[in-house]
Amino acid sequence: MTLNVIVTAKQVIDPDMPLSAMRVGEDARRVVTPGTLAPVVNGFDEVAVEAALRLKDSQDAKITVLSVGSQFNLDVIRKPLAMGADTLILCQDTAFADLTDSFITSQVLAAAVRKIGDFDLLLCGRQASDWDNAQVPLMLAEVLDVACVPLAQKVDVEQGRVIVERLAPDGYDLVEADLPALVTVSNELGAPRYPNMRNLMAAKRKRPVTWSCADLGLQASELTARVEILELRARERSQECEFIADGDGSAAEKLAGMLREAGLI
Amino acid sequence: MAAGRGVLVVGEVGNGAVTRATCELLAAGRTLCNCIGGELAVALIGHGLSAPAAQLIQVGGDRVYTVDDPILEDLPAELCLSALDLVYRAAMPQVILFARSAWGRELAARLAGRLGVGLLQDCQELQADPERGCLTAVRPAYGGNFLARVRCDALPQIAVVLPQAYEPLAPDPTRRGEVVALPFAHDASQSRVRVLTRVRHAHSGIGLTEARVVISGGRGLGGPEPFRDLEELAGMLGAAVGASRAAVDAGWVPGHLQVGLTGATVTPDLYIAVGISGASQHLAGCSGAKVIVAINRDPEAPIFREARYGVVGEWQAVLPAFTKAVRNLQKIPVR
Repeated sequence: MTLNVIVTAKQVIDPDMPLSAMRVGEDARRVVTPGTLAPVVNGFDEVAVEAALRLKDSQDAKITVLSVGSQFNLDVIRKPLAMGADTLILCQDTAFADLTDSFITSQVLAAAVRKIGDFDLLLCGRQASDWDNAQVPLMLAEVLDVACVPLAQKVDVEQGRVIVERLAPDGYDLVEADLPALVTVSNELGAPRYPNMRNLMAAKRKRPVTWSCADLGLQASELTARVEILELRARERSQECEFIADGDGSAAEKLAGMLREAGLI
Repeated sequence: MAAGRGVLVVGEVGNGAVTRATCELLAAGRTLCNCIGGELAVALIGHGLSAPAAQLIQVGGDRVYTVDDPILEDLPAELCLSALDLVYRAAMPQVILFARSAWGRELAARLAGRLGVGLLQDCQELQADPERGCLTAVRPAYGGNFLARVRCDALPQIAVVLPQAYEPLAPDPTRRGEVVALPFAHDASQSRVRVLTRVRHAHSGIGLTEARVVISGGRGLGGPEPFRDLEELAGMLGAAVGASRAAVDAGWVPGHLQVGLTGATVTPDLYIAVGISGASQHLAGCSGAKVIVAINRDPEAPIFREARYGVVGEWQAVLPAFTKAVRNLQKIPVR
């Protein structure tokens, strides 16, 4: 039997972009970057795609990637297909512009998952690198009322259950959950694979499926933000670093003396 | 939804005592209650809770709701969520505060998802507006390079609070409050997630999150061996050793040593970063330290923007000299 896996993927500002390229937009509510700098697929979501591909490496599986947004860079958001995913569904509508609100995003994803129909496993990156909320997957699990296992470093499916190594502060828990289940995936799972030539060519031929707000049976008026951003500003640094010159190799000793003086060591 | 009053703090216990983060939440909750009125309630979920329940009243709680059951001992999220739901319905607060632990973050998001309300993540500077009845906070975004002021209106208003954002209230043994035990009717068969085994790394020395001094190494160390030098220094200072994600992803040290957004959040008095450039992912985990010291060869490294003291140089030279200086200083008694 084919294992139906859905992976969520978010298009985000490249977190490795130099800070100087990021500024607060005119509305003082979001960060904007020059249009010449391409966004990326959220790194943790790529790891979730990798987790799905590892399942597909060892069993019959179909991987559907799901993304929500108002504007997509198709070359970027296609990357999961190039890695080996089967289908890409873009929930695209001007009503989906505000992705900082986890409630709205989880409602749209839930509607899309229901429209897809049967699934066994939903894999999500543990958090997105823009706001680092780690909220949408957990809210989605509650809205769909499925088993939820956050922070996986290993994911297997056998005999109708998902077996997960779930990160704990000083080790991990081996847990099992009934299917369907939602699992969030952490970087400890391992690096996402590079697209190979065959998958790259295949991805180019695949056309993403696009669903609008109406296609999903949602009213824009239902999608009201639960959290409002009143103001966004660049963080000011409150202190200057005191550099201890090391011309004569005595800096370490001076540093130790200063820390001792301050009662820190 | 019924109108809420007061604040509910979701408490956590570690080694039989209320965690510092929970005491910080009570301080935050007290400030909010002074503004919006109502009582400061605490939800305490787990097993064997009578001592921490009494402690919670001393550090500011007016009423402690306990859900105490052997099946909650290991804090399984799904059952804890049901327990929390019971407390929520008993307390009907305006505001619910969670600590920024893995457990707190999971429960906060799932409760918000279940109730269809908003969640303010990573909060500091919480403010309640008694006129509008809304909750606002300041929070970091984009790797801590930006700060956002955010607001939620719908009840209950749920927030996860950053560590060190509030100073705990001094314990007052004469404070009086009420402990209300709520019966828990669930059993483990109702859980869709089951723990098969727990695998824990052998611990040597002090834990990262409790240590008053943390010494972390990063990509600049070039391999696993230099971490032994950090351990030697840590042994002398009673410090814990940490690492950046780069050092963990390279396989030099186990993942539980990782300090950063996706690792441990540490708040020591002194944080010494050796060979760590200071990616925002790392700074998110250590910027709560009172004093950061950076040793790095690159004077332009972002870590120096967060550091109080910096030494620009090769760690191979600076670290042994620093260790030697500390050893010499420790021979002199503190006056």
